[in-house]
Amino acid sequence: MANTQELATAMETRLETIASRLRELVAHLRQQRAQLREEWARLITEAKLLTAMTKEEIFAEATSVYDNYVEALETGTYEALQAYARNLSERIIPRGVETHEVVGIVLLLRDVLARSLFAKYREDFNKLNRILDAYEPAANRIAGTVAVGFVQERERIIREQQEAIRELSTPVLQVRERLLILPIIGVIDPQRTRQLTEQLLRGIRTNRAKVVVLDITGVPYIDSPVANHLVQTVEAARLLGANVIVTGLSPEIAQTLVNIGVDLGKMNTVGDLQGGIEEAERHLGYKVVLTQEQSAAHSA
Amino acid sequence: MRSALIADEVRVPIDRDADIVTARQKGRELATQCGLLSTDLAVVATAISELARNIVRYAARGEIIVRRVDENGKRGVEVVAVDEGPGIPDVTLAMQDGYSTSGGLGLGLPGTRRLMDEFEIISDFGKGTTVTVRRWKR
Amino acid sequence: MQVPILKQGAYLIATVQSALTDEDLKQLRDTLVVSVSKVRARGVIVDVTALDVIDSFATRTLRDVAHMIRLRGAETVIVGIQPEVAFSMVKLGLSLEGIATSLDLEEGLAYLDRKGKGPEHEVRTHR
Repeated sequence: MANTQELATAMETRLETIASRLRELVAHLRQQRAQLREEWARLITEAKLLTAMTKEEIFAEATSVYDNYVEALETGTYEALQAYARNLSERIIPRGVETHEVVGIVLLLRDVLARSLFAKYREDFNKLNRILDAYEPAANRIAGTVAVGFVQERERIIREQQEAIRELSTPVLQVRERLLILPIIGVIDPQRTRQLTEQLLRGIRTNRAKVVVLDITGVPYIDSPVANHLVQTVEAARLLGANVIVTGLSPEIAQTLVNIGVDLGKMNTVGDLQGGIEEAERHLGYKVVLTQEQSAAHSA
Repeated sequence: MRSALIADEVRVPIDRDADIVTARQKGRELATQCGLLSTDLAVVATAISELARNIVRYAARGEIIVRRVDENGKRGVEVVAVDEGPGIPDVTLAMQDGYSTSGGLGLGLPGTRRLMDEFEIISDFGKGTTVTVRRWKR
Repeated sequence: MQVPILKQGAYLIATVQSALTDEDLKQLRDTLVVSVSKVRARGVIVDVTALDVIDSFATRTLRDVAHMIRLRGAETVIVGIQPEVAFSMVKLGLSLEGIATSLDLEEGLAYLDRKGKGPEHEVRTHR
């Protein structure tokens, strides 16, 4: 029983000691802030890190990182640091900064601060050791937190970009009131088809479209499941009160549709996109007037 | 203090017409908790409706079980429609579009299979029917 | 669950408020058919905006409604089918072919007005 109490007291003393050492350490780092920050910025440039940023930018970010670093040492909590790391990452990732650079600069800072501790306590080897006992685990944890924060942010951005790319490759364009054009380019896979349908149906609703021109000129071929899905998309659009005109049907795709049992006579198809838009405008009650050049081109 | 539990499973007895709607609503609630989005929710609710109606029409009584499933990092919803009705003597025939014995259009089973990502049916004459379907979160 | 049916000029507008059981659907069908004759309506709008599921039975019933109402000389328009519901319907293989569908009540009324004006005013070409 006495042993447990002794242990507890010893533990408390030890923790208190670490805390007081950290306090001493933090005081030193704050005092030496200007020099250490400059030293660090110099090393960053020498190591050719953060080349995507200007010297002024590096200095500004270095200041923030330094202060956040010291604060994490002081408080012993890392939430604020994590939030800062993600915030910083959000800013620098679009600038092209990479993971090894971020990890690199944090480790450089760790070393710069460690060196300054060696310098300060070089007369007292024992004291130096005790200070390092407090410093090293904290510094390593900081490096880890910043690195992880950066990587998480990077992954999030990549996911968002992938989603955006997928959406961009199936744009729904409102050309006129009540008329939407959906040009599809490239090979359509099942994932894209699902997205296409959702975007189209949502687009019909948002734009209150009465006619949709679905242009598949840019689609070289489709397989039966995708063909089926396209037909379903057309039917679903009709349920929302929109008429779908399919343009740019190649002979191959026409054949695929016939093979899966589509009655092309019932599907509203027009040769090319221009023709499709004219047909759509007729549906909406617009008169289509050809200029002299256009009619010359048409009859050519 | 008890922490809030997200129900991983919900069971709805199917006896009468009105139970079809109940099964849809409870199923939709669970699917929402699993994180499925609007298109998937509508799909799952529609499948539940079709399966529950089959129970009412052909088996008079049964149960719809909706549960959350996790598999290899994929997350989704599973719907099991169980009944002790007469069973389907020829499942292949029943899975063809247009087939029906009760005067309807018979689009229930094949349509439900098209709606869901996975579909399994076990049925035998005199032994009842169990249909299991799954839809994964995109 | 009663579906409120309003008379607007020569049209009847039935607005579904919540999920309908099979029984409710049959009741709606029967009520509409009787009402059309009673008030000599020229058009019927069934607003299904609030329906989160339209399955095979609902589709069949809506088709029956449109058919029976046409026999009484009136036109039916289904309006307000939600995108996810439309998606599920086509996946299920259901079709409302031959029945007019519009985006919402406003469009539905516009459609009935156009139809009412006669064939010479039809802008759309029929295939």
